[in-house]
Amino acid sequence: MKRIEQKGSEGDHLRIGEDQTLLCEGAWTLPHVAEVERIVDKVAWPVGRQLTCDGAGITAMDTAGAVLLRRTVIRLEQQGRRVHVQGLRAEVREIFDMVTSNWPTATPAAFTRPSSMAQLTQLVEGLIRHGQQALAFLGESAVALARSLTAPARIRWRALFRSLELDGFNALPITGLLTFLIGVVIAYQGAEQLRKFGTNIFIVDLVGISLLREIAPLIVAIVIAGRSGSAYAAEIGTMKVTEELDAVRTLGISPIDLLVLPRTIALVIALPLLTVYADVLGVFGGMLIASGQLNVSFEEFVARFEEAVALRHFLIGIGKAPFFAMIIALVGCYQGFQIRGGVEDVGRHTTISVVQSIFLVIIFDAICSILLNWWSL
Amino acid sequence: MSLLTQTEPPVIEVSHVSTRFGAAVVHDDVSLAIQRGEIFAIAGGNGCGKSTLLREIIGLLTPSAGSIRLFGVDSRQLEASDDNAIHRRCGVMFQQGALFSSLTLAENVAVPLREHAGISPQLIRDIVAVKIGMVGLPPDSAGKYPNELSGGMRRRAALARAIVMDPELLFLDEPTAGLDPIIAAGFDELVLQLKGLLGLTVVIVTHDLDSLWRISDRVAVLGNGTVLGIGTMQELWASNDLRIHEYFHGPRGRAAEAQHGSKL
Repeated sequence: MKRIEQKGSEGDHLRIGEDQTLLCEGAWTLPHVAEVERIVDKVAWPVGRQLTCDGAGITAMDTAGAVLLRRTVIRLEQQGRRVHVQGLRAEVREIFDMVTSNWPTATPAAFTRPSSMAQLTQLVEGLIRHGQQALAFLGESAVALARSLTAPARIRWRALFRSLELDGFNALPITGLLTFLIGVVIAYQGAEQLRKFGTNIFIVDLVGISLLREIAPLIVAIVIAGRSGSAYAAEIGTMKVTEELDAVRTLGISPIDLLVLPRTIALVIALPLLTVYADVLGVFGGMLIASGQLNVSFEEFVARFEEAVALRHFLIGIGKAPFFAMIIALVGCYQGFQIRGGVEDVGRHTTISVVQSIFLVIIFDAICSILLNWWSL
Repeated sequence: MSLLTQTEPPVIEVSHVSTRFGAAVVHDDVSLAIQRGEIFAIAGGNGCGKSTLLREIIGLLTPSAGSIRLFGVDSRQLEASDDNAIHRRCGVMFQQGALFSSLTLAENVAVPLREHAGISPQLIRDIVAVKIGMVGLPPDSAGKYPNELSGGMRRRAALARAIVMDPELLFLDEPTAGLDPIIAAGFDELVLQLKGLLGLTVVIVTHDLDSLWRISDRVAVLGNGTVLGIGTMQELWASNDLRIHEYFHGPRGRAAEAQHGSKL
């Protein structure tokens, strides 16, 4: 019998015999399936409603090959033909039958996009739910704090001191370095302008007030949000995923007492201290540049500092720090408790915790600036 | 297919493997050979290094001493040459399933095909749907995420992903641990069925005495860092070694033997 070679088929996986029989041959296995698929797509199917598919030449077949053959048969049948598969070797037939019997009967319902109104409803409901949850968390934490303050024995001192060390003491190098550099940068930028007017000594006002009042507390808060807020979310979230939080609850311990309060109290203590430390290093950085670039000696700098920088700037700066601390700790812990699913959720909520806490810190700072300006402080 | 000649080299050959983590010795001179087409079980008490041995065979860990050959290739060369051909011939099902939590069940199963096969998305979808059916998952579970699936379904999904490339060699790490007895028994049957259909060589790490009796052709019992014994369950059941005796003749071991031993 003369066989017509199908164009483009280097291997002979599929040919059409002269009597319009479909001849399947060779290896129908995963390494060859891509090639076979290309051939199948290009074949000019014989006309006629009856089609015989002869698989006697198939030397090897695996599930992928069987799926391809089955799919080809189904497509031909959808075109209104009747296909008869014959001649498969026993082990090939076994695989083909297995695929046939496991062929999905119904395709799952296609995903339909909800209407925009439904999406809006969902969004608003989500926001309301989040708001309620956040409020509930805040309330729960406040109650726990009140309870702990009336009975200090309830406070987890070990966890508190550990948090003080990890989130406060260990943050000294990074916060110090950063504010020192910021002090240097501010002094450099100011030096250029001040020299033009011959008002070199005002470098003290510039560096002192801006750092003490605004920049040092903000830099510290941002570093701590990235360093500790994210850690809180990830830690608590992982504990939730591994059911450790449930274990804590069943042991009769409140997760808020155990995890939230120590961290919050520790940050409320640590952040003002870190801010004072950052003030010192930042001003020192400015001082170095002042003496190097503007010929303002250390003595002149300190003397001017006393008269130019009022105590209230320093107090406002460190006064904001505890509030920043509360924002960071509560947002971090809250996002940790929000984690539901698995690994992916941990990453997502950790990111949210950092973004949200920095956002809220800056909002709070802006509100403070406006209010203090009203009261002319 | 017709390659089964008289003396075929073993699919996996573990020779004189020792493993140490710091001062802790996990394996001390472990040797075993796994033949094509058998279901080979690795048993032994908790912490005897079963899973460690499995991780070494699949190349996730390097033994401190000794060599492991897969299809005649040394596992260390395999790592160095970055040759995926061997990896494509192996399917691994991890203890907790290790499904990617950001992907749906169908996407999870499709990952090896997308990465390695180079076939059309339509064909990938069909293969995935058939494999999902083969492991006994309902078609509507295909769009679900791993955290929406029950433990047994997750295990089946992991199996579907392991067999999606039609591997020659299938590794199962404690496939029935934590499953209810009906699902666990169903899983055993599934492994047997797949082995028959796809001609798999199966390496299974398990504590499950019912599984050992039901599906394993040969069992290696690990303990004290070495292989205490290798053989069929009947041979091990009759073993005189005290530790093997202890392992199989506990109350659970006797119950499993009473149920399955006579049928074999």
